[in-house]
Amino acid sequence: MLLSAVIFLPLLGAILIALARHILGESGLKWIALIITLLTFVVSLSLYSGFNADTHEMQFKEERTWIEGLGISYHLGIDGISLWLILLTTFMTPICVLAAWNSIEKGTSGFMISLLMLETAMLGVFCALDLFLFFVFWEAMLIPMYLLIGIWGGHRRIYATIKFVLYTMAGSALMLVGILYLYFQNDNSFNLMTLHGRTLSHQNLLFLAFFIAFAIKVPLFPFHTWLPDAHVEAPTVGSVILAGVLLKMGTYGIVRFCMPLFPEGVAAYTPLIVTLSVIGIIYGALVAMVQPDLKKLVAYSSVSHLGFVVLGLFALNHHGVQGGILQMINHGLSTGALFLLVGMIYERRHTRMIADFGGLSKQMPIFAVFFMIATLSSIGLPGLNGFVGEFMILLGGFMSDSFSKVYAIIAATGVILAAVYMLWMFQRVMFGKLDNPKNQTLTDLSLREIVVLVPIVVFIVWIGVYPKPFLSRMEKSVDQVLQQSRSTAAVKAAAPAIVLDTTTREAKKIDE
Amino acid sequence: MTNIASIPYFIPEIVLVVFAVVIILYDLGSKKTGGNGAAYLGLVGLVIAVITALVIGSEDRSLFLGMVRLDSFAMFFKIIISVATAATILFSVRSSELDPETKGEYYALLLAVTLGMYLMASSTHLLMIYLSLETVSLTSYILAGFLTHSPRSSEAAFKYITFGAISSGTMLFGISLLFGMTGTGDIMLISSKLGEMFSQGDVYPLAVLLSITFILAGVGYKIASVPFHMWSPDVYEGAPIPITAFLSVASKAAGFALFIRLFYSGFKSADASIDWSMMLAVVSALTMTVGNLAALPQQNVKRLLAYSSISHGGFLLMGGVLLTSEGLQAILIYLIIYLFMNLGAFFVVILIANEVGSETIDGYRGLVSRAPLIAVSMAIFLFSLTGLPPLAGFAGKWILFAAVIKEKLYWLAVIGLLNSVVALYYYVRIVKAMFLESSDDTESLSFSPGSLVLLLIFVVPTLLLGIYWNPLYELSRASLGKLMG
Repeated sequence: MLLSAVIFLPLLGAILIALARHILGESGLKWIALIITLLTFVVSLSLYSGFNADTHEMQFKEERTWIEGLGISYHLGIDGISLWLILLTTFMTPICVLAAWNSIEKGTSGFMISLLMLETAMLGVFCALDLFLFFVFWEAMLIPMYLLIGIWGGHRRIYATIKFVLYTMAGSALMLVGILYLYFQNDNSFNLMTLHGRTLSHQNLLFLAFFIAFAIKVPLFPFHTWLPDAHVEAPTVGSVILAGVLLKMGTYGIVRFCMPLFPEGVAAYTPLIVTLSVIGIIYGALVAMVQPDLKKLVAYSSVSHLGFVVLGLFALNHHGVQGGILQMINHGLSTGALFLLVGMIYERRHTRMIADFGGLSKQMPIFAVFFMIATLSSIGLPGLNGFVGEFMILLGGFMSDSFSKVYAIIAATGVILAAVYMLWMFQRVMFGKLDNPKNQTLTDLSLREIVVLVPIVVFIVWIGVYPKPFLSRMEKSVDQVLQQSRSTAAVKAAAPAIVLDTTTREAKKIDE
Repeated sequence: MTNIASIPYFIPEIVLVVFAVVIILYDLGSKKTGGNGAAYLGLVGLVIAVITALVIGSEDRSLFLGMVRLDSFAMFFKIIISVATAATILFSVRSSELDPETKGEYYALLLAVTLGMYLMASSTHLLMIYLSLETVSLTSYILAGFLTHSPRSSEAAFKYITFGAISSGTMLFGISLLFGMTGTGDIMLISSKLGEMFSQGDVYPLAVLLSITFILAGVGYKIASVPFHMWSPDVYEGAPIPITAFLSVASKAAGFALFIRLFYSGFKSADASIDWSMMLAVVSALTMTVGNLAALPQQNVKRLLAYSSISHGGFLLMGGVLLTSEGLQAILIYLIIYLFMNLGAFFVVILIANEVGSETIDGYRGLVSRAPLIAVSMAIFLFSLTGLPPLAGFAGKWILFAAVIKEKLYWLAVIGLLNSVVALYYYVRIVKAMFLESSDDTESLSFSPGSLVLLLIFVVPTLLLGIYWNPLYELSRASLGKLMG
């Protein structure tokens, strides 16, 4: 019941807000949202404490028949990989609520309802062990995100939100075919657990059907074009959720579905995917370097960082995958923090152009410190979280049997490029003369804003200094995924042709 | 069963006829007082018809010397059609388009169409099939042209008649060919006869193919499938909105009932030789693609929904080309879900036309701040029509695609899913206008409690059936009964 509680608490909160909309004032609704999301976080902490790190088996399992005729069940469970993404989600959402406290000008209730529904959908994605249930949550995320960007976004919000929705929907259409095909290979059941250990036919096509949906979400180059638009137009909280959690649904999907289920597909497409992720790393970094807009810069840096994550996953060894998963969390924290900081400065100045700033560290010292930490974390300074993740990914990359060291070498230059664009940006915003009169009247961070940022910084430092509690819990699950994704030899035997087979179709008709 | 012995099992239809007459008589007497008496009489008639139908039960019986069949399949469609008609009556009461003076015969005609649709769902003889189809068509023409003061409505009726006459003529020709070849009008006999003839080789496959294609013209016209869909946007746009809603749901459901009975009971044995299912698969793919692409640029919501209903017809047809009971089951489930979400969407169109006086997307601007409940309901209907979880439309889509993929028709599944992406785009345009844009008019709209309750009747199933649809699954399986042999 614990998982259901975590998933549906936010939904309950959304219903509560919808009902109390007319009774309570704006601040009352905000408090409901904050209390509910904090409660969700607290409940999810018991997942952490009750988690058994010595097994790769799914834990906190719940299974109930849902739609009997079609083999659909309500089936939840988590392992060491999903545990962290759930905690990341429940951790970031109260921060988002708090960050949005004063910045939402219209429709507070609608905003909070969307945010809470989004949280339910994201948590559901990370917990679902039934393909149907997974798909429901996967798509249920679309509507609240559509509204978050479309109603509370910037000038081109409508263009951005429709682009986002269409991209995602196009990807998931193919995944739906894949899921339904798996259903018939899985003895008419959508249970993910019974799919493991089956030798599936047509793994390459299935791999693609799933992978494209996930790659759009990640987003992997060249599917990334929706991301800068969505990020720039989204309200701060939308960007934080998008970068912090939503993108991880893509990389999570790769780890949960693509790698363990279709080892043949992994083997066949690893070179292509690794090439694309390296292109993404370099391309994202180069484009980020020339962005005049702070938010766009961070958005492109996401493309680069997620290229690292995918590279790590497809290194197909322990360090790479573990680093990739850790980097998902790291990216959520550091990019989330960066978006929050950009949002804070935007609320004050109503501009995000780097050229409009300069010398802010004199005027806003506290802001500068937080900005510094987030920047350094994003670059991967040793002692902060980004370093651990990137180091493990690159280590995995160099040791990998699945691609040559050249890729890892090129990817490593991405770290240098990151330092270039982030530090250059930091220098232009924070140092130099404070000559713009509008900047001279800026106020430093308020207590609320500090409260928003401190928890993130704590984790940034914690993971950087002592990542063991994080790594040890995912250890067994990562090994399990790796083992499943390597079992190609056993699979190659079975691969009958299933292209639209007209002859059998004809034969069947005659039989009838 | 002989004619006299059949009458007790025909009471629901008789009830409809009686009430149609009663409404006309009542209307004569109450012409001056006005009011909605005729509408409520119509509702009472429908309720009694459904109750008697349920009492009689759905045990398999052949009535009137094999003209009509009473089975669970017919029962299923009778209920669907009755619900749609009841909803249409309630919509009509609330629509300000219709002139109160003429409402008497309007409701009588609605009951007459319902009668025709009951027969469409249960006919098992070519003659009866043609007669029921014509009953429905003729009454629909009048209903579509009911707004005598509106040129658009008259145009709609005229187009409807022209297309209808041509396609039913074509169908009649196909029927005559088939009758000539098999010497019988009973579709069960036709099936065995065709099988026999094909196995002995004493028939030209081309002749059978021609007759089936001609018959398809009549059926395709009813379900608005390509290339017989041309009438539907104009008719849907011109007709009174309740009638548009009625045509898009009830007429389509009855068309599918007829299609399934005719093609599955009658022509299934011919499929091995002439592969009509493949022909229909292409028709289905074309129908949804044409419907969706044409919906993209529409500014008028009624017209947009008309095109979207064409594409839903294409979706439904996917289930019909599979020759499996899963496919038919998917059609039945989808029809129930489609009934709620599409009627709901049309009801919102009526409410908005009444209050805002606009049928264009621009009229929906900023609706969320003017009438939040209506806007949220409309968004639910539209997202459900798109097929987004956790709404009912998603369940329908899921079952349908599962059936298609089971038969390994991957190309059709992929076309269908890509179409749902296109559909998302135009449905979202309305949502966008309602939620993301603001209007110059900001005064909030008020609706009668009755309207809101009626709206909830459609919203609740659209939400619930997306989360739990096991009962639908069982119901559809039971309703197919012995149809698949």
